[in-house]
Amino acid sequence: MATTLYDKIWQAHIIDAKKTSETGEEGLIYIDRHLIHEVTTPQAFAGLDEKGRKVRCPERTFATMDHSISTRSLALDACGPTNKLQLQTLADNCKKHGIELFPVGHQKQGIVHVMGPELGLIQPGMTVVCGDSHTATHGAFGALAFGIGTSQVEHVFATQTLKQSKAKSMQVQVNGSLPIGITAKDIILAIIGKIGHAGATGYVIEYSGEAISALSMEERMTVCNMSIEAGAKAGLIAPDQTTFDYLEGREYAPKGDNWTQAVAYWNSLKSDKDATFDTVIQLNAADITPQVTWGTNPGQVIGVNQPVPSPNDFSDPIDKDSANKALKYMDLAPGQKLSELSVNNVFIGSCTNGRIEDMRAAAAIAKHGKVAPGVTAIVVPGSVSVKAQAEAEQLDKIFIEAGFEWRLPGCSMCLGMNDDILTQGDRCASTSNRNFEGRQGRGSRTHLVSPAMAAAAALAGHFADVRDYQ
Amino acid sequence: MTTAGINIHTGKAMPLNQANVDTDQIIPKQFLTAVTKSGYGKHLFHDWRYLDQHEQVPNPDFVFNKTEHQGASVLLTRENFGCGSSREHAPWSLDDYGFKVVIGTSFADIFYGNCINNQLLPVQLTSSQMDQLFALVESDASAQITVNLQDQTVKVKDLNFGFEIAEQHKTNLLKGLDAIGQTLELDDKITAFENNLPQWQKA
Repeated sequence: MATTLYDKIWQAHIIDAKKTSETGEEGLIYIDRHLIHEVTTPQAFAGLDEKGRKVRCPERTFATMDHSISTRSLALDACGPTNKLQLQTLADNCKKHGIELFPVGHQKQGIVHVMGPELGLIQPGMTVVCGDSHTATHGAFGALAFGIGTSQVEHVFATQTLKQSKAKSMQVQVNGSLPIGITAKDIILAIIGKIGHAGATGYVIEYSGEAISALSMEERMTVCNMSIEAGAKAGLIAPDQTTFDYLEGREYAPKGDNWTQAVAYWNSLKSDKDATFDTVIQLNAADITPQVTWGTNPGQVIGVNQPVPSPNDFSDPIDKDSANKALKYMDLAPGQKLSELSVNNVFIGSCTNGRIEDMRAAAAIAKHGKVAPGVTAIVVPGSVSVKAQAEAEQLDKIFIEAGFEWRLPGCSMCLGMNDDILTQGDRCASTSNRNFEGRQGRGSRTHLVSPAMAAAAALAGHFADVRDYQ
Repeated sequence: MTTAGINIHTGKAMPLNQANVDTDQIIPKQFLTAVTKSGYGKHLFHDWRYLDQHEQVPNPDFVFNKTEHQGASVLLTRENFGCGSSREHAPWSLDDYGFKVVIGTSFADIFYGNCINNQLLPVQLTSSQMDQLFALVESDASAQITVNLQDQTVKVKDLNFGFEIAEQHKTNLLKGLDAIGQTLELDDKITAFENNLPQWQKA
């Protein structure tokens, strides 16, 4: 029987399975890689200790500090004593259980979903989990990667497995080639806009088509990262030469004979030609324009030159009600032009867009001018390695010269667990992944965009079409 | 969290008539720096519930602050409840506030699993059934809703709805099982799986 990439990875990790219906299956699956950070693990470690349990495979587990750290100082207490206690708790737990930790100041430290791939920790065909919903990022490597809760973190610690129900399958094909100035961020926002904020709930998405195959690994990570914003369990892209070229030589990637065997296996990881998906969605790359969210969930998104929609544009009463609430919260009127909408904050970074290519794309726009008066713009590299590479390319100088702040790596203003937070009424062009109410600070308004669009908004002081800079 | 099972629960409803309620709303980030599982209830829906950051001034317009809904233990909501961040602090805070059951049109995957692991019962009904529940609670806030997990029913006054739940989830909720303990009984199979991995896949 023809199978999908998801079927193949699932099948290769089943320890114990049973049919729940004609098509349904649940089972215990093995977890190859467990990434952890300070926020969603303390209670899991405490649970282990309570029962006298050990971490089964510390060698498959890697830790970093990212969510609640300062981007201005390497001191653990830079954001207060409770943040420090959480960070110290992670350090103590890692030491106790023999888990390798990349703490603040370490050369391998970074946002968990930036650090993992750049070290070669994520490989095709793996199952990867982390107590963070953006674990979907790692599907870019053809790994089955998904976010889990703290109880499940504890379960993986103790057993290196998880009980899972098999999800449905969705194929999202992006056909043709991307127009100039259109990025991976625009692709994924356009997909979420098309299928909706909960459009893929219960599904694992496989992205395919010429526009996807042409993406670099960094771009593929941006696409897969936001699968969760459509409700998907995970997002996958079949591994290919781009994947292998990225991985070869990375610290934790297989070497020598192991590399040869690995690539032979990885080459088999693709959906069969006649495999069927429960749902198929098609987009034409040529139709995608620079995307900007206008509402309070990532599905509320339009092209930069489209007018802000009216609640009356939505036939579904729930969508209409959501649009009404979003317009009120975002202080927007139907028909309004985004190019006339002032921003006073710009955030470039996060696990969605904090990689070296994102830094390059933003710098390529930043070099055209100065940050507009009244705008605070920060650039936060996703890892120490990204920061070092950007500095080697003198991108930091471009940003600083243009009036951007150049910070230390971390999750930063994506969720504001540190002191990078906005206040009531602030409006931010952000390269992060969530425009929920208050996400970047109570009463603040977030518009999700690509790194180039964020940089363009910083220079203009309002949203601007990045294609005008090409 | 708790290990006692849940079977029948009867209580008043809190009608949160809104779709796409994300976990950032349920429990905002500033409360995620704690290292324990308790004490989140007072911060539940912080931004909507309070007019100030120090939680001194309740927002009189928010449903949680209406006198008639105090003491509710069954949360009513709409589609895609619990979307966004994987934070298990969301069910911890709902549980700590006093909710035993959440009834909605649909739930985000990670949140749903987190509920099961914390003995918080998520019940999925249709949109029109939710319409009827919201209408009933609007006309009588004191109405007692009875949710029977064994029978998979929601009953209140003349309304009587059945709901679906996966057998594995139902069993775990009914018996309050220790999921890790159950899996550890399969230790031989896990070890056999590890031994069968090709050398290059061994950590």
